[in-house]
Amino acid sequence: MKKWMQFLVLIGSITSTSVLLASGDMKGGGQLPAVSNVKWKSECSSCHMLYHPGLLPERSWSKMMSGLDQHFGENATLDAATRDEIMRFLALNSADKQDNRRSKRISQSIPATDAPLRITETRYFTSKHDEVSPLTFKRKSIGSASNCIACHKNAEKGDFAESQIRIPR
Amino acid sequence: MRKTLVILGVIFSTTNALAATPQDLLKQYEAQAKQENSAFAGFSADRGAIFFRAERMHSNGNKVSCSTCHTSDPRNQGKTRANKVIEPIAPIANPQRFTDAAKVEKWFGRNCKDVLERACIAQEKGDYIQYLINVK
Repeated sequence: MKKWMQFLVLIGSITSTSVLLASGDMKGGGQLPAVSNVKWKSECSSCHMLYHPGLLPERSWSKMMSGLDQHFGENATLDAATRDEIMRFLALNSADKQDNRRSKRISQSIPATDAPLRITETRYFTSKHDEVSPLTFKRKSIGSASNCIACHKNAEKGDFAESQIRIPR
Repeated sequence: MRKTLVILGVIFSTTNALAATPQDLLKQYEAQAKQENSAFAGFSADRGAIFFRAERMHSNGNKVSCSTCHTSDPRNQGKTRANKVIEPIAPIANPQRFTDAAKVEKWFGRNCKDVLERACIAQEKGDYIQYLINVK
């Protein structure tokens, strides 16, 4: 093969690899899709940030919504109609029903017999955050690992893109 | 005519529900308090103030009070345990407070159990509101 041909092949493969990488990042949407439900938004964000339904599988949401009287140590009970409406919304948009890459990976990282209530306890989360020290999570500006929005400013919209991360001091 | 009356009734009842004042809520709690205790002798802002700051030991080992999250000055913004801002609880700083009976009942229902590990009685709810609307 002539030198210039080798060069062309090299350039060609670099371009296609980067295109593949970029599309791999975007395929099916790397970020969680926009979802909305008025009751979910108002009821599930009065005490904490709004968590996207695509962050946990349906069985987790179902367990959570049937134990709202003991919601991470607090009483978060809802009237039955509101609870059922929110549950339907969560189920419809849960990680195991989603088509985006992130939700699928979260889902795959949870054993079928488990129904974790904490996103931070999924294997997906721990592997993604293994370079963040526990002390960083404890900073006053962050609070805890559950406060996604402290570092991922668009977390409530389901956007956890690497390029958007800013860890506050 | 009947239809108009029904429509008017609906409009009146919805606007009425939306436009409740803290005084309306106090009246409702007063009626309940009289039912709960025949010796009921009115609400007290002073008692409400003590109630607001009274710390008790929760069975989970933490000291808790209303002011744990609302801060000891009800005109200030508070913070939930999950780091979310709570708008001030005193109407002087946040006129939305105590204008929606269902919302007020929802939060008494939750927070009384969180702090006291039991439901609040109408006397306590009335004292609490009386204190907060008196804060200037």
